[in-house]
Amino acid sequence: MSARITLATAARVLRQLRRDPRTLALLLLVPILLVTLLDWVFAGRPEVFDRIGVPLVGIFPLVSMFLVSSIAMLRERTSGTLERLLTLPLAKLDLLLGYGLAFALVAVVQASLVTGVAVGLLGLDVGGSLLLVVLFAVGNAVLGMSLGLFASAFAASEFQAVQFMPALLLPQILLCGLIAPRDAMARGLELLSAALPMTYAFDALSRLSVGDEDAGRLLLDGGVLVGVTLAALGLGAATLRRRTA
Amino acid sequence: MSGITGPAVRTDRLRVERGGSTVLHDLDLAVPSGAITGLLGPSGCGKTTLLRAIVGVQVVAAGTVTVLGRPAGSPELRRHVAYVTQAPSVYGDLTVLENLRYFARIVDVGEEDVIRAVDQVGLADAAGRLAGRLSGGQRARVSLASALLGRPDLLVLDEPTVGLDPVLRQELWTTFHELADGGTTLLVSSHVMDEAARCDGLLLMRDGRLLAAGTPPELLGRTGADDIEGAFLSLVTPRREVLS
Ligand SMILES: Nc1ncnc2c1ncn2[C@@H]1O[C@H](COP(=O)(O)OP(=O)(O)OP(=O)(O)O)[C@@H](O)[C@H]1O
Ligand SMILES: [Mg+2]
Repeated sequence: MSARITLATAARVLRQLRRDPRTLALLLLVPILLVTLLDWVFAGRPEVFDRIGVPLVGIFPLVSMFLVSSIAMLRERTSGTLERLLTLPLAKLDLLLGYGLAFALVAVVQASLVTGVAVGLLGLDVGGSLLLVVLFAVGNAVLGMSLGLFASAFAASEFQAVQFMPALLLPQILLCGLIAPRDAMARGLELLSAALPMTYAFDALSRLSVGDEDAGRLLLDGGVLVGVTLAALGLGAATLRRRTA
Repeated sequence: MSGITGPAVRTDRLRVERGGSTVLHDLDLAVPSGAITGLLGPSGCGKTTLLRAIVGVQVVAAGTVTVLGRPAGSPELRRHVAYVTQAPSVYGDLTVLENLRYFARIVDVGEEDVIRAVDQVGLADAAGRLAGRLSGGQRARVSLASALLGRPDLLVLDEPTVGLDPVLRQELWTTFHELADGGTTLLVSSHVMDEAARCDGLLLMRDGRLLAAGTPPELLGRTGADDIEGAFLSLVTPRREVLS
């Protein structure tokens, strides 16, 4: 592990993103457009917008970060640059943390923008601390990124990589409590949802939406998100093979 | 790594299986240090696979590969061995300089080495251009330049001069010889026979086996051919008289 290489990698990834303004624009604008659409859908019922708007502000960035990071890593593999990097004095975690750092920076901008628009322009009513909402939204985006980096290890093509998004994320969106309250689910599903990270993201954000700042719960939720993020990065490094067939 | 005596690379009964079939059959060979060794053989004979085993990115079924006195793929070797893949491996959305500066940060060398590497491959005029917008030969040279950055002890080059014009090839081979004179070991695979004559030693492969090894004059003498191409053909072509 080397801070020099991790930082150089993060700078390189950001430079590549800058060369692709359309992707950058999509990353930053799509969550904003979706929240705006949500506001229109619930135009007559602002209490519904307030209840699901805050959690969705955290979930949209997770989905887009997942996709972008899994494709970025896959491109590294198919372009041969991954093979070159792995013959160099670079630790596998240097590469993953470099990606992590770069996308975390983008996530800060993305989550701040979407929260700012939702609260400032659309009148989303956040009961709890706005800073905590942004913090959890960033944490979610970083979680999505690390899950995407990990998933890309199992994808041999872009076609496979994009399929991982519905396969891994849609069940979590269905089970996290957004569509139906968890305690109203069958016992098996409720237990399953307790094992999925998005459940904790949803729990924290929906608490914050109604101003419930139970420190113990929020710490638990945050701890689970950080833990899963680190585990996904660690597993991502472990599944990155220097030797291939 | 100093204090290495004997060959820079040695394989001992190296066997590699890819896609369910054996690609390298119990290969024994040695690559002398401080010289240019050419690796020749028909397409599909296993050149790239052998080079991948030497740089430690190929899963090996049996046998050993020793590089600079250590098992191939050892972490310490990553500072001393540089590998240029057959397909250029560079970031198309970065400029030539940005590519090289990134790889330079990884091997921990400075801007002067970046400039030197750009000059060595004759890309000074294209240094500010996006690698993805370069011609195939230019992109291959960016890939080569990245490997020259850290002044490696062993340079493993997989067909580095494909698609280059004679003038550029001449210049690159001059660079290769300068590197070898400075003590660098080069292992270069090639299809271009006139390049074989510029190597200090040759390894001829066919179907995952070593057919012959020796200096160009030795191989000419052994086959009675007039040039390397003739020697290559007479060694590589299955002997008809055995069949009839
Ligand atoms: N990724 C792979 N999976 C399975 N088999 C492979 C793979 N890559 C190469 N092979 C097979 O291994 C054998 C040797 O391939 P290799 O790439 O080493 O040949 P080569 O001598 O470098 O050929 P060329 O001169 O065309 O580059 C070939 O039969 C090829 O089909
Ligand atoms: Mg090859």
